[in-house]
Amino acid sequence: MDPKETKGKKTPRQHMPEQDPKERVRNFYEVPYGYSPEQAVEEAQRCIQCKKPLCVGGCPVNIDIPWFIRLVSEGKFVEAARKIKETNGLPAVCGRVCPQEDQCEKVCIVGKKGEPVSIGRLERFAADFEREHGEIAVPEIPRWTGKKAAVVGAGPAGLTVAGDLVKKGHRVTVFEALHTAGGVLMYGIPEFRLPKKIVQSEVEYLKRMGVEIVVNAVVGKLETIDELLSNGYDAVFVGSGAGLPNFMNIPGENLAGVYSANEYLTRVNLMKAYQFPEFDTPVIRGRKIVVFGGGNTAMDSARTALRLCPEEVSIVYRRSREELPARVEEIHHGEEEGLKFQFLTAPKRFIGDKDGRLTGVECVKMELGEPDESGRRRPVEVKGSEFTMQADVAIVAIGNGANPLIPQTTPDIKVNKWGNITINPDTGRTSKKGVFSGGDIVRGGATVILAMGDGRRAANSMHEYMTTGVW
Amino acid sequence: MFEIIEKVELAHTVYQFKIKAPLIAKKRRAGQFVVLRMNELGERIPLTIVDSDENGGTITIIVQEVGKSTAILGDMGKGDMILDVVGPLGHPTHIENFGVSVCVGGGIGTAPVLPIARALKAAGNKVISIMGARTKSLLILENEMRGASDEIYVTTDDGSYGHHGFVTQVLQNLINEGMKIGCVVGIGPVPMMRAVSNVTRPYNILTMVSLNPIMVDGTGMCGACRVTIAGKNKFVCVDGPEFNGHGVDYDELILRNRSYLKEEKMAMEEFTYHEGEKCYERCDK
Repeated sequence: MDPKETKGKKTPRQHMPEQDPKERVRNFYEVPYGYSPEQAVEEAQRCIQCKKPLCVGGCPVNIDIPWFIRLVSEGKFVEAARKIKETNGLPAVCGRVCPQEDQCEKVCIVGKKGEPVSIGRLERFAADFEREHGEIAVPEIPRWTGKKAAVVGAGPAGLTVAGDLVKKGHRVTVFEALHTAGGVLMYGIPEFRLPKKIVQSEVEYLKRMGVEIVVNAVVGKLETIDELLSNGYDAVFVGSGAGLPNFMNIPGENLAGVYSANEYLTRVNLMKAYQFPEFDTPVIRGRKIVVFGGGNTAMDSARTALRLCPEEVSIVYRRSREELPARVEEIHHGEEEGLKFQFLTAPKRFIGDKDGRLTGVECVKMELGEPDESGRRRPVEVKGSEFTMQADVAIVAIGNGANPLIPQTTPDIKVNKWGNITINPDTGRTSKKGVFSGGDIVRGGATVILAMGDGRRAANSMHEYMTTGVW
Repeated sequence: MFEIIEKVELAHTVYQFKIKAPLIAKKRRAGQFVVLRMNELGERIPLTIVDSDENGGTITIIVQEVGKSTAILGDMGKGDMILDVVGPLGHPTHIENFGVSVCVGGGIGTAPVLPIARALKAAGNKVISIMGARTKSLLILENEMRGASDEIYVTTDDGSYGHHGFVTQVLQNLINEGMKIGCVVGIGPVPMMRAVSNVTRPYNILTMVSLNPIMVDGTGMCGACRVTIAGKNKFVCVDGPEFNGHGVDYDELILRNRSYLKEEKMAMEEFTYHEGEKCYERCDK
């Protein structure tokens, strides 16, 4: 088929087949199955190949979207994957977890008069095709520049920096605090949204390119940034990620059964508590589970909880459905799986039994008042509307503060009043010579792709710094 | 992978391991801990670093078999590999010359007290140690504690050795005798640390305790180890592990440490069932 004749074909957006909700809520397998090659070609042909594509600008790492989509439409799937990889080291991950509806697909011209091209699904398809067909080729690595970079944290930001720098000929060592590389992709995002073998295959790819990954290495404790700089590393990137989970500071929050989303997800995803007792890490399974928060982490926690076979899982959110910050797709998937929502509701205190175990949560109804500084209408308590929800597990998903380990041991890296590292947003430079940063330790809590964008920018200026020596 | 270089049985189901971990050995200071994961299926458990040998590149830990993970470790021997060892985590103990320092170790808690006693002595303190155990056969590190202390008192709950009674009685006696104490370090089971803090509180004696909550990552990310200290939520992994004992909500810590009693029992039963013969051996000892 000649792509010129078929481009911009007026066919409806291809639906991606997925596991039946009744089935999938009893397992941890991935929800969508992905496109078939036929579907992918069909969907790719919907792209009108704009001369001035807005989608590229909508992508935080500026993937050449029209080009890779054209390759898909021509059936050149492996080539399409390689095209993406020129600018995005983790396409199988981003195709799954990026909020495309707010980025590339939001500005897609086809979307002005109908549904946008499914850029994310095509990205996922191309990356999966390449991986499943054993055709992952390692790009040619230039001769060693003689420079070495250290990367702190093997999450999306750090892995992007590592990939970019190694492709420019530098030696890169990534130090990871946990026992597995991947960061939030391993401990946070659940298996049914992002299979862990995909993350590990992306990490393997980086290793094959020559990136050295050292796990169980807590920078700041084992070696400080200054020690890395004086031990032969020419530049350091700090991508230590989101830090200490926030709690609501209401009575009873330390009862057994009250988890931070970080703890709950880490137990289940990283430590595989859903396979207890085959795996040794337990999690309290619970019959009635309440999740506080309305973001993607709250959705991940709630949908994880649903798969541990409770009677009921509810999201309690203090604003209304319209203000939910989570992705529409996640909310939709959650509802299909039986997730309940309690909008305009806030917790007042946790209630426990004599053994210190959670039995319920006293909540209060809210109504929306005047807009606050975020532009959203501020929720206000409705006097006398208190009621009690039964719960034996509660998950607090209201964001994270900054991790203090790096700033504590490297006082000349400037942080803001919340403890997040301050950088020049164009270069990723911190206040300390030779040290760059990005991702959640800077942003306080954002997305995988924004962290990767930070990594991309930092890698470019690290390359410049290591090559010229000019700070 | 981290190799076990040496294993010594200190008491029934209490073992001392020397583990090859050169970088940690170089960095660690008294009071810090490591997180271990024995194998691919294992959980992450925190253990205090008792000692280190920078030249030999080893750290020393002491573990008592209390559940499945510690039993797996207890089954390991010289030459075996521990999959993951992370550290040194937590803040080191604040060491200065307090004049007279009293180091109180209860049961296996004597293990983390030892490096602190040594550091206090090196800083010029007169170190008085009180170490206790349920019974004589469970006393560990007595000679090492003697070496690190200017005076030492040993207690057993059943009177099988030393003073018949609790460590807190000896501590109370010292105070009653008019001993001017600059600092008390108390480490052991949570009820013991609570009791030590209750003894010193009326006299306003600075009392440091080292807390041992359940942890997952050990680097501040999960909040499993949160405790209430003087009304505020603190994470033991990054804010501790040592705190002023007078501010700790011990009752809450005890309840939180019991969060997984049912699961721990189930895991242990399954483990001993599969290792039936081994269990029999153990019970026979």
